[in-house]
Amino acid sequence: MGSFLLLAFVFLIAGVIAVPIASKLGLGSVLGYLIAGIVISPLLVTLQVDVVSLQHFAEFGVVMMLFLVGLELEPRLLWQMKARLLGLGGLQVLVTTALVMGAALAIGQVWSVALATGLVLALSSTAIVLQTLNEKGLLKCDGGQGAFSILLFQDIAVIPMLALIPLLALPELSDVAVGDDHGGHGFIETLAGWQRTVLTLAAIAAVIIGGSYLTRPVFRFIAVAKLRELFVATALLMVIGIALLMSFVGLSPALGTFLAGVVLANSEYRHELESDIEPFKGLLLGLFFMTVGAGINFALLFDNVGFIVGLTVGLMLIKFTVVWVLGGFFKVTGANRWLMALSLAQAGEFGFVLLSFTVANAVIPQAFADQLLLVVALSMLLTPLLFIVYDRVIVPRSAVVQSREADTIDTPGTVIVAGHGRFGGIINRLLLGAGVSTVVLDHSSAQLELLRTFDVKVFFGDATRPDLLHAAGIESAAMLVIAIDDREQTTGLVQYVHHNFPHIHIVTRAFDRTHVYELYAAGANDIIREYFDSAVRAGRSALEGLGYHPYDAELKAQEFVEHDKYMLRTVAPLYRADVPLSENTEYVDKVKELGAIQRQRMLGRQGSMSSRSARGWVPPTQKDVPKNQ
Amino acid sequence: MASVILYYAHPGQRYSRVNRHMFQAASALTDITVVDLYAEYPRFDINIDREQERLRNHDVIVLQFPLFWYSTPSLVKEWIDLVFEHGFAYGAGGTALSGKVLQLAITAAGPEDAYTDIGYQRHGLLTFLTPLQQTARLCHMRFAPPYVLYGALHTEQHDAANEQAEPTSTSANHIAGFTGLLAALRDDQYSVDKDASHIVQAQHLRSVAAANKGDQTHG
Repeated sequence: MGSFLLLAFVFLIAGVIAVPIASKLGLGSVLGYLIAGIVISPLLVTLQVDVVSLQHFAEFGVVMMLFLVGLELEPRLLWQMKARLLGLGGLQVLVTTALVMGAALAIGQVWSVALATGLVLALSSTAIVLQTLNEKGLLKCDGGQGAFSILLFQDIAVIPMLALIPLLALPELSDVAVGDDHGGHGFIETLAGWQRTVLTLAAIAAVIIGGSYLTRPVFRFIAVAKLRELFVATALLMVIGIALLMSFVGLSPALGTFLAGVVLANSEYRHELESDIEPFKGLLLGLFFMTVGAGINFALLFDNVGFIVGLTVGLMLIKFTVVWVLGGFFKVTGANRWLMALSLAQAGEFGFVLLSFTVANAVIPQAFADQLLLVVALSMLLTPLLFIVYDRVIVPRSAVVQSREADTIDTPGTVIVAGHGRFGGIINRLLLGAGVSTVVLDHSSAQLELLRTFDVKVFFGDATRPDLLHAAGIESAAMLVIAIDDREQTTGLVQYVHHNFPHIHIVTRAFDRTHVYELYAAGANDIIREYFDSAVRAGRSALEGLGYHPYDAELKAQEFVEHDKYMLRTVAPLYRADVPLSENTEYVDKVKELGAIQRQRMLGRQGSMSSRSARGWVPPTQKDVPKNQ
Repeated sequence: MASVILYYAHPGQRYSRVNRHMFQAASALTDITVVDLYAEYPRFDINIDREQERLRNHDVIVLQFPLFWYSTPSLVKEWIDLVFEHGFAYGAGGTALSGKVLQLAITAAGPEDAYTDIGYQRHGLLTFLTPLQQTARLCHMRFAPPYVLYGALHTEQHDAANEQAEPTSTSANHIAGFTGLLAALRDDQYSVDKDASHIVQAQHLRSVAAANKGDQTHG
């Protein structure tokens, strides 16, 4: 127990110190973890830690990562990007693999080793590139989008690679292969070939069907308990269960969870699952990168400095050139083409995963894998430099491309609607009708069931939870509409979002006058009293029913609204949160005074009124009009 | 220096590139107040006191709008109905607008030859604008020659068909002429001595724009 705690402490403190420093230096979190791993490696040796088995444990983070990648992949989104995804992404992987394979053959590797090397090095670092593009706000430009499609294709290509690599096993290495946790397990080995096929297909079918039909009732059952940790437990149970099932039939656990992710991408529990799994994935991947860092063989690097650096530079040149040339074919021009090619020139974290996988499957000999590991790590270390080249050299020379006139009305960003009840439902329908894309969150599973029957798309989740807001995409959202039915939670949510994401426009439902003041202080942009407008309409209908001319009734209503707004503003400074309203005499007196003025005005006893009902055309007389000049 | 306020009124501003670009270009000028009337009063709830205050504070009032039914869009009419009050703009004590300039900037869908005695609109454009001219007179204002783009619909369709291309020279000239005119009004380089008896188009402003912009060219 003591040594376990010590180990956990060592890893956590290394990560907690190194990652923020690396982020601050613009190196990104992946490099931070790698460096942390390098730093603690002597300590791990002293503590006699089995880094390799720790790394196998941490690889489960990759399984979770693919689950999350799957969750992000809505089939519709994939379809929209198909040309670039398949064309740009597919060609990048194919051509880079072929070129790297050629290079590997040239330095005397066997063809199967060369091919595996090509596959491993064709991938770029999703973690570094997406993070950096996001930080620099370049994800939406053409080059960023191109890079994103290539990365997405690579992420998906990992799945068939995981299936392909064991087929490349070298017979002379098989005997010494260790830790093969992807191969068949006892029971399935005893079955005939057709039985095995049936069982495999059945397992995949179970994931797809279970994902489509079982999640909903299960989560509804869990929701009854209203316990946060139960959701987390269920989400973990699902991922681990699928991974187990896949290992049992001899398939890659990553493939299984990826599939489950895609199946659940359209589910209303998507954001809930995402926010539950995300921290585990983050921690395990961090651990994984640290073990990679700890495993870097410095003796090897210093013995072969020229060779390793040469390989790294060669690799980055190949990767850069491939994307640069492809960019031309796919009409990515100017600075965008540079951005795309420069950003994808490194090998990535999947390279680490595939490398340890190839070693475990006896595809690449350990010694060569160690060298490749250095190449991957070095190329990642050099990536921030390439972004600096882009910022300093490319951008200043192509400023013209960037500044196209801000003419067309851009599609506004996504709006997050919190709460889809009587209030939020109407807002959502109006926004959707105007072509705005919304992400709707509601925490009542009964409401969710009802909406599903009407084909309304709503995600399950408590919008007042920061992690769920994060999963719903609050960072990149343009607006948050709060329509939840709880006064304190509404105020709290406004405070949280305004404080953490000041750029987000907040439209919120208020319960009454005093709530308006609270929300204003909390930083809301638009505050709508929930019953005010409908009550004014009811009052106007009453006037019409009493025989008022409809236009006079409308003008009275307008005048009332105008004065009420004025009153709200005027007494706002007198409101005090710590004094009950009925005891705040200053406030009460002012409201009474203004109310009296309003009644008098509306009855027309005072000369000047601020609305159309009393101001308008007075025909001029002859003496009013100037003579001809 | 004269203080200039530009009121832009277009209920379908999304569909009018020329008017939108005119307003955007004008907004980039310094020392000119610009108001998008439909954005400020989307529910026609005009704040009379505030508008009167605005008018008091400016010497030149520019109204930019498309010609609808031979007149202004309805919000401009409502705005005049409410803001140009008896006792403020005309009548006993109504001298707040006295001596100020009223400059119209109008886009008309029909071509220039439609607005003649023998054209399909049967009258010159100035005839359709007589209510506004008389409004100015009643308020003791000077009615400047209206600045007009004829055939705006044709220009619009041409521009829309070439979405990526530069705006046509017609609309580009009109926009450049508009900003030149506004700048000239602001800098007291454009005199309005008496009431207008003619229409002004971009090509007439060559000298004005050139004087203001220096190197500005017009094709």
